[in-house]
Amino acid sequence: MVAAVAMIAFFAPEDADQGLSQKIFYFHVPIALTAYACFGWGAWKALLHLWKRRPGADLESYVAVHQGVIFGALTLVTGSIWAKISWGVWWAWSSNQLVLFLVLFLFYAAYFMLRFSVEPGPRRANLSAVYALFGVALIPVSFLAIRLANDFIHPTVFTSHGPQMSGRMFATFCVSWAAMLLLVGTLYHVELAGKRLDSRLRELRELLA
Amino acid sequence: MSYLSDVAALARKDLRLELRARDTLPAMLLFVISTLVVFHFTLPQGGSRLAAFGLLWVALVFTALLGLTRAFAAEREGEVLDGLVLAPSDRSAIWLGKAIAMLVFLVAAEAVALPAFALFFDPGIDGRTLLGVALADLGICTVGTLLAGMAAASRARELLLPLLFLPLAIPIVIGGVGTSVAGGGRYVELLVLYDAIFAIICWASFEYVVTE
Repeated sequence: MVAAVAMIAFFAPEDADQGLSQKIFYFHVPIALTAYACFGWGAWKALLHLWKRRPGADLESYVAVHQGVIFGALTLVTGSIWAKISWGVWWAWSSNQLVLFLVLFLFYAAYFMLRFSVEPGPRRANLSAVYALFGVALIPVSFLAIRLANDFIHPTVFTSHGPQMSGRMFATFCVSWAAMLLLVGTLYHVELAGKRLDSRLRELRELLA
Repeated sequence: MSYLSDVAALARKDLRLELRARDTLPAMLLFVISTLVVFHFTLPQGGSRLAAFGLLWVALVFTALLGLTRAFAAEREGEVLDGLVLAPSDRSAIWLGKAIAMLVFLVAAEAVALPAFALFFDPGIDGRTLLGVALADLGICTVGTLLAGMAAASRARELLLPLLFLPLAIPIVIGGVGTSVAGGGRYVELLVLYDAIFAIICWASFEYVVTE
């Protein structure tokens, strides 16, 4: 994490067009990709829950989605700041990625509404898992849909010809992404440990009562 | 063949209930007409034809939502969902039968809504729009029925369904508006893709929505 910040500050060359503000790219894009990774991981755990009935997979799926929503909100904030600096507006509907994140944010916010309005138990685990699976199907479909619905103002950095940036920029980007993944991994384990402790405590309390 | 006959029996049950009680379809019809009248006053004079098409899609999605909130109401009130789940047939037949019944309701509402829309706004409805509406209906009913089943299991029920449904309906709206105003084959392809993907997921996962 520290290495990533240092590289962003000193190592990566400044963008010819956008100057210093381009550096937010090294936060914004890794955060966004990390959020996708969280949603994917959550859906994978949901699938494991439905398919193999693995105990604990439901909780893991929930924690992954929770982290994903936090990183998704961060993506919206950093994206909005970047849009203000480079396009002069806080919100641009023409930016496909931002709109997609807004849709996903709404979708996963509904996931929490669903989860908190069903009694804890196997039923809730099933419903959450099915909804999380809907999420990974929704990501590519809405991506296509939003892309169709808009013109292309957003700079497409990754094309089929590989990343369109210089070597040093790419190296910084990779380190920064790795740092984000490490961060989310740590947060995931911390939250999971907390939640497990919480549920064990509750079981104990029920035993004693 | 028994799967199909189960589905047919379940769909027929819902349609017959509706014929006798008439508590969903009249509400949907009245709602869509009043929405269109409200839209007439929200759209300023000389508002474009394209804007009118956008409002048509808003009206259709919300009308469908109104019907879907009632989808599992009869089962819940009569507490027969557990009986249906225990019946010796594939659980996804419950979903498919319900989705077919909802599709019939929605098409019936649209059979009134589209002529009314043409009358009020004079937008020039063409075959592409009809195709878009038909494909969107499929997506709305497949996804909406499953989500209605989910919402029926929660405490919040009617409140929850729009929250669950609207983010998932955004691709449908984009595809539908696209076929009406931009008229591209790619929008039709998007709708077909959406219908196919989500129909498969719903069909495979409905069992987990109604069982523990």
